[in-house]
Amino acid sequence: MAQKKIIATASLAGCFGCHMSILDIDERILDLVELVEFNKSPITDIKSFTKECDIGLVEGGCCNDENVHTLIEFRRHCTILVALGECAIMGGLPSLRNEIPLAECLREAYIDGPGMSEANPAGIVPADPDIPRILDRIYPCHEVVKIDYSLPGCPPRADLIWEALVALVTGRELILPYDSFKYD
Amino acid sequence: MPKIVAFTIDGKKCQAAAGTLLVAAAVENGVYIPTLCNYPGIPPKGACRICTVRINGRLATACTTRVLPDMEVLAITPELEEFRASVVEILFAEGNHLCPSCEKSGSCELQALGYRYRMRAPRFPYAFPKRGVEAWHPKILKDHNRCILCKRCIRGIQNAQGKSLFAFGKRGDRLVINIDPETSRDASDDLVRLAVEMCPVGAILRKGQGFDVPIGRRKFDRMQIGSDISPQGGS
Repeated sequence: MAQKKIIATASLAGCFGCHMSILDIDERILDLVELVEFNKSPITDIKSFTKECDIGLVEGGCCNDENVHTLIEFRRHCTILVALGECAIMGGLPSLRNEIPLAECLREAYIDGPGMSEANPAGIVPADPDIPRILDRIYPCHEVVKIDYSLPGCPPRADLIWEALVALVTGRELILPYDSFKYD
Repeated sequence: MPKIVAFTIDGKKCQAAAGTLLVAAAVENGVYIPTLCNYPGIPPKGACRICTVRINGRLATACTTRVLPDMEVLAITPELEEFRASVVEILFAEGNHLCPSCEKSGSCELQALGYRYRMRAPRFPYAFPKRGVEAWHPKILKDHNRCILCKRCIRGIQNAQGKSLFAFGKRGDRLVINIDPETSRDASDDLVRLAVEMCPVGAILRKGQGFDVPIGRRKFDRMQIGSDISPQGGS
């Protein structure tokens, strides 16, 4: 048997819905483990890359510096990098804040928001070096690193993820069926 | 009785009454030419350029061109389809089109064209423009983030007195479509419903109602745009 392809996955500024959709391939997951091995991924709980990967699946865009760091790591260690889902492709719902200045977002979240005067009477906006720094806006993944393929959907349909993985692993052409190619 | 003229689209022999607009003539002959700003029954505008075809070798918008005898039209060619895909991508990048949170998702014509061209990500950088939502009108909600300025609403929605509910405001890249507060307040439910239906995207919505068609049964969930006119939507 040919060497198993190695997959890594990450959720950046996403909701883990795309990862749920990976699991939603149902019993085909048994076929998948025959075809691939997972490395760094929330599924395996491997925290950092232990080997070079063939395929990286990235969910979510970049909303803080830790997301950017992770994404660059993925680009470095994955031969093929796939943007998985709307947030990775275009920022998604987090990008609703893109038209609001960052200072205004933080003020609303930590100072002016409902209940904040009691919860945070000193009006402190967290800026600890251990906490990832929030970016001025959400960046789609392809604005930060080169992305090889994008799979749209919120989340991408399990059938679409399956088709794409099989195509990438076996090297056959990817077909995009109408019924599973959606943006919502 | 109007004169019938003969012409061809992608080599297919077609016939239509002289003076018929090319997109409509194509539909009569079972040919789908993708459109976006065009809406049957209201004056054509040629705003979005999606329906651009080659007529006797020259580019022209099929929604504003009337058929003439012996016209040779190229409609679905790799060159023109690539051009259309790029226009769709520009529209997605230029506004804030968050399909997952949009009430029109599944019935949106811009989205349906994205599906047709299997657009995965636009080739253009996202503009993330600062726009707004007008939610204070009693019957209509206007989300400027989603508006593609196709002008369908301006052309097609008038009250019984012939007064438009929608009008342009500002100019250039700040162009917006404004709602007249009085005519929209007094508009009938049917007119509001028509305005929502006529809007190709989710920029005009009826207040107090949303997500009323379940996923799977929306207009373009299973049917590719144009496939009701020609199989596979002519591609």
